[in-house]
Amino acid sequence: MERQAVIEVRDLVAVYGGDVIIDSISFDVYAGEIFVVLGGSGCGKSTLLKHLIGLNRPRSGHVIVAGHDISHCDEQTYHTTLRKIGVLYQSGALLGSMTVAENVALPILEYTDLPQDAVNTLVEMKLSLVGLNGYEHHLPSEISGGMKKRAGLARAMALNPQILFFDEPSAGLDPVTSAELDQLILDLNRILGTTMVIVTHELQSIFTVAQRVIMLDKRTRGIIAEGDPIFLRDHSRNSFVRRFLNRELKVAES
Amino acid sequence: MQTAEMSCRYDLFDRGDGHIRVRFEGRMDAANAAFMVREIKDVLQARMPRSLTIDLQNVTYLDDFGALVLLEAKKMISDDVGHFSLENVGRDAQRILSVLNFDALGKKQVFSQKQRPNVFVRLGEGVLEHASDLKHMVSFVGSVCLSLLHVAVHPRSLRKDDLVLCMQRTGVDALPIVGLISFLLGLIMAFMSSVQLRQFGADIYVASLVSLAMTRELGPIMTAIIVAGRSGSAFAAEIATMKISEEVDALFTMGFDPTRFLVVPKVIAAVIVVPLLTLFSDVFAILGGLVVGMLTLDLTANAYMAQTIKTLTLFDVFLGVFKSAVFALLVSWVGCLRGFQVRGGAASVGRATTSAVVSGIFLIILFNSVFSVILRYWE
Repeated sequence: MERQAVIEVRDLVAVYGGDVIIDSISFDVYAGEIFVVLGGSGCGKSTLLKHLIGLNRPRSGHVIVAGHDISHCDEQTYHTTLRKIGVLYQSGALLGSMTVAENVALPILEYTDLPQDAVNTLVEMKLSLVGLNGYEHHLPSEISGGMKKRAGLARAMALNPQILFFDEPSAGLDPVTSAELDQLILDLNRILGTTMVIVTHELQSIFTVAQRVIMLDKRTRGIIAEGDPIFLRDHSRNSFVRRFLNRELKVAES
Repeated sequence: MQTAEMSCRYDLFDRGDGHIRVRFEGRMDAANAAFMVREIKDVLQARMPRSLTIDLQNVTYLDDFGALVLLEAKKMISDDVGHFSLENVGRDAQRILSVLNFDALGKKQVFSQKQRPNVFVRLGEGVLEHASDLKHMVSFVGSVCLSLLHVAVHPRSLRKDDLVLCMQRTGVDALPIVGLISFLLGLIMAFMSSVQLRQFGADIYVASLVSLAMTRELGPIMTAIIVAGRSGSAFAAEIATMKISEEVDALFTMGFDPTRFLVVPKVIAAVIVVPLLTLFSDVFAILGGLVVGMLTLDLTANAYMAQTIKTLTLFDVFLGVFKSAVFALLVSWVGCLRGFQVRGGAASVGRATTSAVVSGIFLIILFNSVFSVILRYWE
């Protein structure tokens, strides 16, 4: 069966501060999969993410998200596309002046016309999905980093988007919290069928959650590996990919 | 039979004995949840069911928005005796309902009730807040004094690059706006007073009025207010942002005294440049008055300047300069204080900035009144 692509990237050239960071890459993300973009620091992972969600426009090439070419479309189409995606930013990006519940309710109140008590219940559900019951009335400054991420995730999936993007979900979290977040990502993917695109370099997470990865490289400014992470770790023909996934130092290469 | 706007529909069977059966079909998701919630509420409200059975056999997809529709339906049955059941729940739907803990949902109030505490609580809170604010202020006065003392004893510990940068930002960059405003102020004063003084043939005293009022009172005040708006706010915002992003903590753990590192250059810079700005302000205001005097009062430039010089004493000029140095100290001090007092996120940076300007202007006016009273008895 032909899998349906929800994100298609074609010949994308991305620049950051005038330098070409990503030079002509193409890949697809299929519906319902957990797709991980990995690579060393400075290889353009975050830049790629910004292009995928339309914050940056590519120098050339196409980014087609949920059927719309967001690199060449009008404002209206872009906004329609935005309703189909959710983004979890690195530190949650919750609005500091609102409580956790109000943060989650923000997109629901804006984009649906559910009655107030239904919104109330829905927010309760969203927070229980991410395991934050009891923290409704807390301000973002009163909860821990891991909780902020989970609250950010609840807000990102408030409207049950087709695609969720994660920017370094494990950054700054302890191993247990990080593993919990990985499990949450897996659960949400299984329960809601959401497509997940994750940008990270946390090996533990990659092997736990990723169904397919692409690896970017700073030197070639392109994709140097694509596929199942465990297979790549053991059998990649590129020694750098093996080293990266096995967490080896350069000197260990024989 | 009813159809929702998208891909979900339902059939309702009412046997007339208070038992109602609803059969949903299609996708129950975010796209049609709002519509379905309203529909199902309207339909069930009219019938007041005693028991409700929901059949999910033909539901192809159900997410938490779908669960919300079920829950809203559940709320519609009369509570005590009512009976609610779900039938033919698919495996996927079962999973999401159990993850959501469906049976226990809908009992909590997740939004804060915005209710004002009573007057005593608010009074108490206000007092406590101001007490801690005062404590903070006093300790900050001490901290700034100690730091200034330290710098006076060890001049090498002053960060000279920062000092020069602050002087440029507070002084040189403010010169155009201070000059323009003072010039216009002089112009306005001369205009207003000339109308009155002309009636007595006392045109020449316009020069005295403008120069005296500017050098003694308005020059220092106007300059200090502009500096409070430009630099006091900038100091507060800079320090507040540093505080929030833990840069202040980083300075502290590196062994720097944050007050000495951040506050001292700003305070010293302000105390040096604001008196200079005030002198410029005086000159520009006198120029403004001169323009009016020459154009509308037919005074010669010579006569105007001679009258100005005759009126002004060196004491007036020094008094203005001294006052402006005090104002500079207050404005920069309170700006930094508000920056350090910040707690929380982006909104509190805004509050700190506002508070810096408001407190700055208040202190300027307060101390100016104090000076006026002292001078009244001294002279």
